[in-house]
Amino acid sequence: MSPPANETHQAVADVETRDMLLNVGPAHPAMHGIIRILAKLDGERIQDAEVEIGYLHRGFEKMAETVDYNGVMPYTDRLNYVSPLINNMGYCMAVEKLLGITVPERCQYVRVILSEISRICDHLTCVGASAMELGSFTVFLYMIKAREFLWELVEKVTGARMTVSYCRVGGVKADLPDDFAAPCKKAFAETRTVLAESDGLLTRNRIFVDRMSGTGVISAADAISYGITGPFLRGTGADYDVRKDCPYAVYDRLPFDVPVGTRGDNMDRYLVRMEEMEQSMRIVEAALRQIPPGPVQVHPETGRPIPAAEMVDLAKVGNIAAFRDDSAVTCPTLEGSGRASHPAIATDEKRVFLPPKEDTYGNIEGLMQQFKLVMFGHGVRPPKGEVYFPVEGANGELGFYVVSDGSGSPYRVRVRPPCFAIMSALSKLLTGDMIADMIPTFGSVNMIGGELDR
Amino acid sequence: MNPASLIESIQNRFPDAVSSFHTYRGDVTVILRRESLLEIARFLKEDPALAMNYLMDLTAVDYSAFGKRPAPAFFASSGVTVRPSPQIPDEEPWPGPPSDARFAVVYHFYSTAHKHRLRLVIPVDEAAAEVDSLTSLWPGANWLEREAWDMFGIGFRGHPDLKRILMYQEFEGHPLRKDYPVKKRQPLIGPTN
Repeated sequence: MSPPANETHQAVADVETRDMLLNVGPAHPAMHGIIRILAKLDGERIQDAEVEIGYLHRGFEKMAETVDYNGVMPYTDRLNYVSPLINNMGYCMAVEKLLGITVPERCQYVRVILSEISRICDHLTCVGASAMELGSFTVFLYMIKAREFLWELVEKVTGARMTVSYCRVGGVKADLPDDFAAPCKKAFAETRTVLAESDGLLTRNRIFVDRMSGTGVISAADAISYGITGPFLRGTGADYDVRKDCPYAVYDRLPFDVPVGTRGDNMDRYLVRMEEMEQSMRIVEAALRQIPPGPVQVHPETGRPIPAAEMVDLAKVGNIAAFRDDSAVTCPTLEGSGRASHPAIATDEKRVFLPPKEDTYGNIEGLMQQFKLVMFGHGVRPPKGEVYFPVEGANGELGFYVVSDGSGSPYRVRVRPPCFAIMSALSKLLTGDMIADMIPTFGSVNMIGGELDR
Repeated sequence: MNPASLIESIQNRFPDAVSSFHTYRGDVTVILRRESLLEIARFLKEDPALAMNYLMDLTAVDYSAFGKRPAPAFFASSGVTVRPSPQIPDEEPWPGPPSDARFAVVYHFYSTAHKHRLRLVIPVDEAAAEVDSLTSLWPGANWLEREAWDMFGIGFRGHPDLKRILMYQEFEGHPLRKDYPVKKRQPLIGPTN
């Protein structure tokens, strides 16, 4: 928005003027997350902005040095808590690279499917929240409704909604539930309806377009020099996407397009995110078609699911034969964690992944494998080394740099948080715009305090 | 560009600056003397054959406790070599920490044109923990360097405004150094240690 060329301003030019300092945050209704922007204003125009972060610093990198390799998993959930599965996957793949192992194909598909579902959740939250801040509360409610359908899918697979801790070094916690495609199809139909409704409410809405177009502009060259990646970069026209440019897992086998904008303003970023959600659904649908078939139950006639506690009791009295063909039910939400699905979702490297519960309770090898991994001072031990592994997070390149000294806990875990780069450019993005433009610009950054401050 | 020619092009251009290099798990690492950092970074960015337009990440590692941490498992072979996967390169072993110096400043570069990555490592001693700032080449280095200062106490010569970023100004010490206790508390209000 350009200021009105008004004559009154000319007439009072000789009146003494002073810049005004406006403090936005750390706690402010339009700041989803805790940051402080100290804006220097000339009238309503932002002359300069100082961005202060760190209010959510919890010492992720320090804590990661004190726990074992799988113990870092719950901490990664809390980096980008809107799409925790992508963080899980990024960290696991970094450690797997350090170990030099790859996971079975089905497991890679499972990880990709859940990453993309998380990406949709993240974009829904970002677009919905920024629309709400521009007065469109309906869109927010619609999008949160759609996110709810997707979270139900996540809950079906992982047993949790937000802090999932689903991945493990060398695999995932459990296989997809039987017939996952059906609820997925239903949830995507709902999401597509919501996206169409929101598109109708926003994309040609005069208020929305006026506030989004031409605000928060950044050029592709500037964005790259700040290290900006993800939808924020693609809004400027540069098409860097880790999934396409440095494909990991099975992304090179899945069909999807990388949408790019042209002007690098808030509107373009909104449009890129809307299209990316559609592309993510395309990926999930293709992945569900391509995914290698799940496990076949061993001994379908004799095997029956029994509670894990019952299995432990039988094992304690030495009656292993009683449950030789049975599967242990550890948690009602984790159907696919048993012996049958184990080869499909976990690496066969015994020094890395826990055995299925049936083996832990049922034979000495399984018991030893379990203890060698869970006892204090044991566990996953990658060789000495350092690796960097990037994945495409919802906000851009999410990289994990892991250094190992050969002991049971990481020597150093560094996260390259995608929104850190965007936030470092925020001051530049805001300068020159009006104070009202701060809200859509900040909304399009999709700042997630957890990964920004760690 | 493949790892070998990537290393070669830097080494041919700056034979004195490169102290060693290796490729581990497909990650190309070049270890530099700190005097030539700015010059090499400019070369990486501007040379069309390299075209490293992204400074993806900048961080540091405190190597002072490397190899000294307790490994209580007496029968677990530490540094277990796992069966290598065909998809992950596993030719060369990792040569170990870059030098005897306490810190290593680690840069990750990426080129969108050539799709290659490079890691630069600069060992710095605790007594003279300072390297050149890259803010003149990548404005994104500003916050990353502030974070490295905040967490490790590594200075950056030529940085416009080197101050803490994640911790508060009154904070004492640098929390990611290995000698900073994990459980130490420094609250501004409330009970102290």
